[in-house]
Amino acid sequence: MPSLIIFGAIVVACLAAPLVAPHAMDAIDLAAVKQAPSRLHWMGTDDLGRDVLSRLLFGGRISIVIGLLAAVAGTTLGAVVGAVAAFYGRAVDNVLMRITDVAYAIPSLPLLIILSAYSRAAIVSMVLIIGGLSWMATARVVRAEVLTIREMPFVEAARVLGAGSGVTILRHVLPNAMGSLIVGATLGVGNAILIESSLSFLGLGVQPPTATWGNMLMDAQSTMAAKPWLTIFPGGAILLVILAVNFIGDGLRDALDPQKDPA
Amino acid sequence: MGRYLRRRLIQLVPLLFGISIVIFGVIQAAPGGPEGSLLAAGRFVDPSVIESYRHRLGVDQPVWRQYLNWLGASARGDLGQSFSTSRPVTAMIGERLPATLELMGAAFLFAALVALPFGLFSALRRYTLADMLGTGLSFLGVAMPVFWFGLLLQLIFSVRLGWLPVSGTGTIGASSVGDHLRHLILPGLVLSTRYIAGWSRYFRSSLIGVSRAGFVRTARAKGLTETRVVGVHTVRNALVPVISVMALNVADLFSGAVITETVFAWPGIGRLFVQGMFARDYPLLMGILLMGAVTVILFNLVADLLYGALDPRIRYE
Repeated sequence: MPSLIIFGAIVVACLAAPLVAPHAMDAIDLAAVKQAPSRLHWMGTDDLGRDVLSRLLFGGRISIVIGLLAAVAGTTLGAVVGAVAAFYGRAVDNVLMRITDVAYAIPSLPLLIILSAYSRAAIVSMVLIIGGLSWMATARVVRAEVLTIREMPFVEAARVLGAGSGVTILRHVLPNAMGSLIVGATLGVGNAILIESSLSFLGLGVQPPTATWGNMLMDAQSTMAAKPWLTIFPGGAILLVILAVNFIGDGLRDALDPQKDPA
Repeated sequence: MGRYLRRRLIQLVPLLFGISIVIFGVIQAAPGGPEGSLLAAGRFVDPSVIESYRHRLGVDQPVWRQYLNWLGASARGDLGQSFSTSRPVTAMIGERLPATLELMGAAFLFAALVALPFGLFSALRRYTLADMLGTGLSFLGVAMPVFWFGLLLQLIFSVRLGWLPVSGTGTIGASSVGDHLRHLILPGLVLSTRYIAGWSRYFRSSLIGVSRAGFVRTARAKGLTETRVVGVHTVRNALVPVISVMALNVADLFSGAVITETVFAWPGIGRLFVQGMFARDYPLLMGILLMGAVTVILFNLVADLLYGALDPRIRYE
């Protein structure tokens, strides 16, 4: 519950960045460059005199939006692949699962690096790339669940009543796998934020001057010794958000999974 | 076992085939061909020069022929010639491989040496303050962005305290084994963090699960000492799933190494990959991706085989 509040507070603060940020995101103040945290600039200023807290809030919008959308995209794709594979079985199952194996076997970070370098790093393409490479675990979990669900009497009943495959999967099968989907999606948010910031850090994410947590860290790396606040705050924000999301996901797993080992 | 292994190896063939198509397709989809590096400076280049350059690299042939050429050569262990250095890709990878293996090996060893005793300790003292502290730390370890953790450690131990070198593999002019190991500490620690957190938690829950098993109660009932009950009956059984997860994670370490090597200027495959990325060196990128994928498959197989070898209840046929 505290993690939900922390995460909610960060999300609200970032989304409301234009209202709450003490300064404009790219307001350059050459009279106040490289200042340590102070009353006027709570988290200090960077090489161009931009307020770090404001950039953090505006950058958070991008990082969080990409994280949320990529997790939704990845989970949806995984759910569809897993459900279709298990529901139809046989050849469909075989083909989809072999594709999953292939996607699993290629190291994802190097592949992400290549793809994001192609895409010139717009938000939409980042969402598609990260989502498109993080569906495999969900697909396997959903497939396993659907294999048992599809043998249930209510699925048979739906079919007898004349429901087509699409309707049966969407209305009767997937809702019963919702628990693990929600948990997977929640944990996926943290993962997607981590990936986005790693790519930005390598200079392959959303490009400056638009701030993201990752590219703020990239900028800070060379001047880390003299101005540690430029490194500490963006990274701390990433850590805090991921930590909160993971705690939420863990809590949801305990709440939604009746078979969970009490240890 | 022999038959199982043979079947698994045969299954690898279509998998490798699929992987090769994806890798080739991804690189083919790159905007701008390799001649982009000729044009990069914005200067004028005679079209016939570009044409002969493309011909020399073989990229003027139809796509399917390029794919077959690449596949055939790769199968024979020839990953082609780098666009940026004109040297064989295998040689370039070979030069950087020891550094990456060293980093991954150090991280793996360190993670195992910390995570396993710590997991055992938490399981024996479960729900105590120390155990809960461990749970908190492991959440922190899993959520920690690798590159930021690296920067923080550099800031604290290298810049502020001056105990350890910031980056690289050795001090120029003063290199020795000890000096080299000092350079290895920070990147090794950074790369191992996530696994320390993951393995210790996993070992803990595995131990707790096994300690509820009937054979542990039997061992206790027949009067064995607590040391034997835990050391022989519980730990050995609880290790089985942990070891197979550790084998699976070896492949993961490779992705982590890309970031760690970049932060610490460690001259391994990961850095070579990032450099190749910015130089649009497709054969090099394909070679590294292919090598990475083969490593993943190999360790998946190792994990499965280990599982069967360690747990007599699991028999493959």
